[in-house]
Amino acid sequence: MNIVVCVKQIPDPETPAASFKVDEAAKKVIPAQGIAPVVNPYDPQATEAALRLKEAAGSGKVTVISLGPDSARDAIKHALAMGADEGVLITGPEFEDIDNFQTAKALAAAIQKLGGADLVLTGRAAADWDMGVVPLGIAQYLGVPCVTVAKAIEKNGAGLKVERVLEDGFQTVETPLPAVVSVSNEFGEPRYPQLRQIMLAAKKTVQVWSANDLGIAGEMGKENRALVLEALYVPKVESNVEIIEGDSPEEKARNLAQKLRAAKLI
Amino acid sequence: MAGILVIAEANEGALAPISGELLGAARKLAGEGAGSVTAFIAGSDALGKELIALGADAAIADTNPALQGALAEVYLPAVQAALQQSGADIVLMGQTALGRDLGPMLAFALGTAVSMETVDLKYTGGKLIATRACYGGNARAEVSFKNAPAIATVKAKSFDALAPDASRSGSVSTIDVAGEARVKVLGVQKAESTGIRLEDAPVVVSGGRGLGDPSGFKMLEELAALLKGATGASRAACDLGWYPPSQQVGLTGKVVSPNLYIAVAISGASQHMAGMAGSKNIVAINKDPDANMVKAAKYAIIDDYKKVVPALIEEIKKLG
Repeated sequence: MNIVVCVKQIPDPETPAASFKVDEAAKKVIPAQGIAPVVNPYDPQATEAALRLKEAAGSGKVTVISLGPDSARDAIKHALAMGADEGVLITGPEFEDIDNFQTAKALAAAIQKLGGADLVLTGRAAADWDMGVVPLGIAQYLGVPCVTVAKAIEKNGAGLKVERVLEDGFQTVETPLPAVVSVSNEFGEPRYPQLRQIMLAAKKTVQVWSANDLGIAGEMGKENRALVLEALYVPKVESNVEIIEGDSPEEKARNLAQKLRAAKLI
Repeated sequence: MAGILVIAEANEGALAPISGELLGAARKLAGEGAGSVTAFIAGSDALGKELIALGADAAIADTNPALQGALAEVYLPAVQAALQQSGADIVLMGQTALGRDLGPMLAFALGTAVSMETVDLKYTGGKLIATRACYGGNARAEVSFKNAPAIATVKAKSFDALAPDASRSGSVSTIDVAGEARVKVLGVQKAESTGIRLEDAPVVVSGGRGLGDPSGFKMLEELAALLKGATGASRAACDLGWYPPSQQVGLTGKVVSPNLYIAVAISGASQHMAGMAGSKNIVAINKDPDANMVKAAKYAIIDDYKKVVPALIEEIKKLG
C-alpha cells in the first residue's frame, strides 16, 4: 500500500500562557523566546498508523509531506526517524499566511504529483488552529472518501475498517480505498525514534517543491484566503477571586462550605 | 440572497440540545440584520414544528430514512438542497460528530470557508464574524468569509436556547434527498457512562496533574456524588492514565458549563480553561496562589487538597 502522511510543524502548544504573545496588528503569533516549534502532537499518531499498516501488509511505502517554512523539515525528519520512507517539503513565500483551504489544495496537488496514494493519513487536527478541516479538503480535491478521528484502522479486503471516535462512544465504518483518514490521539502511543533510526533518517530523501512545481502559485497567497482573519488577540482575564482564609485546611473547608451554602451553590 | 440556515440534529427522534442553541444563535444574528432563519432537520415534520417553536421562521424536514445515523457525505446533497430552497447565505451547524465533517465538506463543495469550534457570532456591516479559540485556547481569532455562504460550526453551550414558544408560526416543508454512502457504518458503540453525563451535570468536580497520583480521584468522586455532580479531569491527568479520556474537560475534550465547577489541583492551562470557562461559579483548590485557575475562580482555597477535600466533604454532610 502506498501511504502518504501529512504532518505540520506548529508553535509548542504547551507554551505557558505567560510566554504566549500576539502581534495584533500583524495578526500573528510572536514566536516565544527559547521555545522551539514542534511536530503537531496528533501527527505522530498518523505516522504510527501508516507504519503499522505497512508492517501488517509486509510491503508498501510511506511518504511524509509537510507544508511550511524550511524548519518544517524537522517535522518530516521526525516521521522519517519513526520509519517513513521518503519526505516532501512544500515551501515558499506563496504559502505564507494561507488558510486551511489553500493548504488542502497544496497537499492534494503534491499527492497527485507523487502519482496519487492508496491512503492519505493526517492527525485529527493541527493543535495551533484546531480546525480539523484539511483532511476533508484533501479528500474533496482528490475525489475520495474521508473518515475522520480514527482510533483504530485495519485492512479489510480491498478497503479499510476504521473505528471513529464520537462524543459518546465510537463507530465502526468501512471505507473503500483510496481514502483519507484523520487519526485521533486515542489511536495509541506513537513509537519513539531510536538514535540509529534518527541517523538513518538523515540519509533519506526529502524533495522540496514550490507552488510553481505544483502548478498552484496563482491560488496561494494571503490575498486568496477564503477564510479572512479579521483579528487575533489574547483574551483578557479579570480576576475577582475571593481567597477563603482559615487557620487550618479544615477551617478553610468549613468556611468554603458555608459560603457555598449561603450563595445557594450547594 | 440572505438568511440563515441552521442544521438541527435529533437523537432517537428528539431534538438534540445543540439544535436549540443554534437557533438561539441564529435569532441573535437575525436581530442584527442577517435575515430570516430556516432550520433543516433529518426527520419528521413534527420535529420541524418544534424548531419553529424554538425560533425558526421556516423548517425543512428531510424525511429520507438513509439520513438516520448517516455520515456527513450522505447529508451533503440534502443540505445543499435546503440551502438552495432557503436562499440562505449563512449556514450554522453544531460542532458535533456530524458537523465537524459536514461543515468542511460543504465549504469545500461550495468553494467557500468554514469557522470550526465557533464560540461567538455577530453580524455586522453586512458580514458574519465568527470568534473561535486557537493556539490551545491562548488566543482568540475573529474570522469572516470571502465567499457566500459563510459556514460556522458552533461549539456546544456557546449560545442559550430560547424557551419553546408554541404560538410561533412558520411553514414546515418536507424534502426527500440523501447522498450516496461511500463509507458504510457497520455499528455504533456507546461509551459506558457512569452516573450523570459530564456535559449535563449541574456540578463538576475536576482533578489535574497536581493530584499527584490517580487515587486522588476517589476523593473527587465522593465529593461529586455528594453534590449530585460528575467528575472530570484535565488533559494532563488523562494523558497520565489517571482518569478515562471520556471525562476529559478541555479544548480536545468535553465542554462543560455547570453552575458550580470545583477545580482541584488544576493549574488552569489554556486548553483546559477552554473547556470550562463557561462555568457559572468556579472554586479552585490549589497550593499555588498564582495558578491561572485561582485567578479565574470566584472562591479559592490555597492549601493541600488532600486535607481540604475530605474536610469539605464532612462539612457539606454536616450542612445536610
